[in-house]
Amino acid sequence: MTEAALPQSRRAPIREATAWDRLKTNRNWLGFWFMVPAAAFLILFLAYPLGLGIWLSFTDTRIGRPGEFIGIENYEWVLGDRKFQDAVFNTLFYTTIASIAKFAIGLYLAILLNHHLPFKAMIRAIVLIPFIVPTVLSAIAFWWIFDPTFSIISWTLKEMGWRTTNINFLGDTWNARWSVIFANVWRGVPFIAITLLAGLQTVPPSLYEAATLDGATRWQMFRFITYPLLTPIIAVVMTFSVLFTFTDFQLIKVLTNGGPAGATELMATMSYNTAILGGKIGEGAAVSTAMIPFLLGAIMISWFGLQRRKWQQGED
Amino acid sequence: MSAAETRADITDNREGMSYLDTLPRRVVTVYIPLFLIMFVLLFPFYWMGLTAVKPKEELVDFERSNPFWTWAPTFEHIYDLIFKTEYPRWLWNTMFISVVSTVLALIASVFAAYAIVRVRYKGASTVGGLIFLSYLVPPSILFIPLSTVVYQYGLFDTPFALILTYPTILIPFSTWLLMGYFKTIPFELEECALIDGASRFQILMKIVLPLAVPGLISAGIFCLTLCWNEFIYALTFINTHANKTVPVAIVTAFTDGDQYRWGSLMAGALVGSLPLVILYSFFVEYYVSAMTGAVKE
Repeated sequence: MTEAALPQSRRAPIREATAWDRLKTNRNWLGFWFMVPAAAFLILFLAYPLGLGIWLSFTDTRIGRPGEFIGIENYEWVLGDRKFQDAVFNTLFYTTIASIAKFAIGLYLAILLNHHLPFKAMIRAIVLIPFIVPTVLSAIAFWWIFDPTFSIISWTLKEMGWRTTNINFLGDTWNARWSVIFANVWRGVPFIAITLLAGLQTVPPSLYEAATLDGATRWQMFRFITYPLLTPIIAVVMTFSVLFTFTDFQLIKVLTNGGPAGATELMATMSYNTAILGGKIGEGAAVSTAMIPFLLGAIMISWFGLQRRKWQQGED
Repeated sequence: MSAAETRADITDNREGMSYLDTLPRRVVTVYIPLFLIMFVLLFPFYWMGLTAVKPKEELVDFERSNPFWTWAPTFEHIYDLIFKTEYPRWLWNTMFISVVSTVLALIASVFAAYAIVRVRYKGASTVGGLIFLSYLVPPSILFIPLSTVVYQYGLFDTPFALILTYPTILIPFSTWLLMGYFKTIPFELEECALIDGASRFQILMKIVLPLAVPGLISAGIFCLTLCWNEFIYALTFINTHANKTVPVAIVTAFTDGDQYRWGSLMAGALVGSLPLVILYSFFVEYYVSAMTGAVKE
């Protein structure tokens, strides 16, 4: 067999590279073919809608009726609307408080988990469970925990004699705000703790040993060793956290649906209510487009965080 | 970060300087705070599970029995859920949509990540940066225009509305993660294969992918949980009751004002989370490496 095959192949002349060959082997064409599936998804269902959303915010589109260009009328209406101003305030308040709390508790939990513990792997797996369970489903559990009459927290406080009445968790303006922030922090802490823990594990223990020999206190060790080495990962983690807290929708939709009287209405829920429930797609798109400047701010912070990381690694 | 490294982290039992701490000090500074945090993190699940098996009359009666325990667990709520509602259908929808969009996203990401890292066409690093940026575009600002797009394409109210839109959430993440994995595979292996006459496609299929299996599992498991968790698209693009996914269906179906609905709501939440939690418990290390890897890159 081989003897018969060999002369055959020796006789074959070297072909000129055809256009088809070039499409198959040229670096740039190959790259293009490999990118097609991902690019198709991202252009059709991400880039195009993103642009379309900005365009829609300049039109008076309704559900079932194509709109016409009306300039910045939607933005004028939205910016003058009391509900929108409240939603911006609520969103900023919710994001700021929840992010600070998540960061503080997450970092604390990460430091706790970085100790030498029995069943460390199991504890770490359990800590992550709130992050695995779908937000809506855990929000339903919180809804029940925050029930105005059958809340287990109210019951416990009453049994212990600390209160005589039920707490109206979701019916009162500030109670509702703190309750949704608590639920958000509850869900966000595991993510921050586990990612920061991964960062903590890369800090060489010898640094702490050296600091101990130099007589550093625990706070000094945290401030001058742990914190600087952790900054880059903190920057990235917090950017994600801020980004997803700012655009939060699920938790509010399930727990309060923006109530009571708009006290927990965020920009995301407001755009849903305006565009999908109210049918005013143009105005809704303006509300959600108004989130973009804030998100860009968060991304810039992440970018500067990454720059700093490169500098720490000794690259330019 | 590879899965092997993560495993080393988990089994890391080095004591470091902790021998300097006395036991009482450790109890106060480590164990008690840790216990409190774990308690708060897990209590809602206990409460969910307990409510799901409590008899109806105990649900809203805290006077005659201690609400923290029940001596007469019942499967009534779970039975009602499975046989009297469309819950199995919703669960099936959720699984089907999650699995299909995860597979689609993984296929697209494998090609994209390989091309960016190894084919290195002109502008590959720019494309990598763009993909990272698209990771930062949240669904909350996309759902309004996407709903009109989905309507135009005639996908509204079909599972395809979700199957085709979920990958936009998954592809940026998994491409970014797989890029990190592919970078760790030695270039020499591919050079050998190229010299032996393998095409780029063959190299990807026969050399790179088998070596990147841990990365694929990490990305897949993370994508699956993201899909399962997705709410805003599913709420906006699906109208028919039978086509809904668990998170949307449960919010819209049981909120009828019945004060005993809590039993079925909690049973629904429990049954809806269990498959994910069980899956997660088998792949904890992969999941953690996906999460930390995505942040570190």
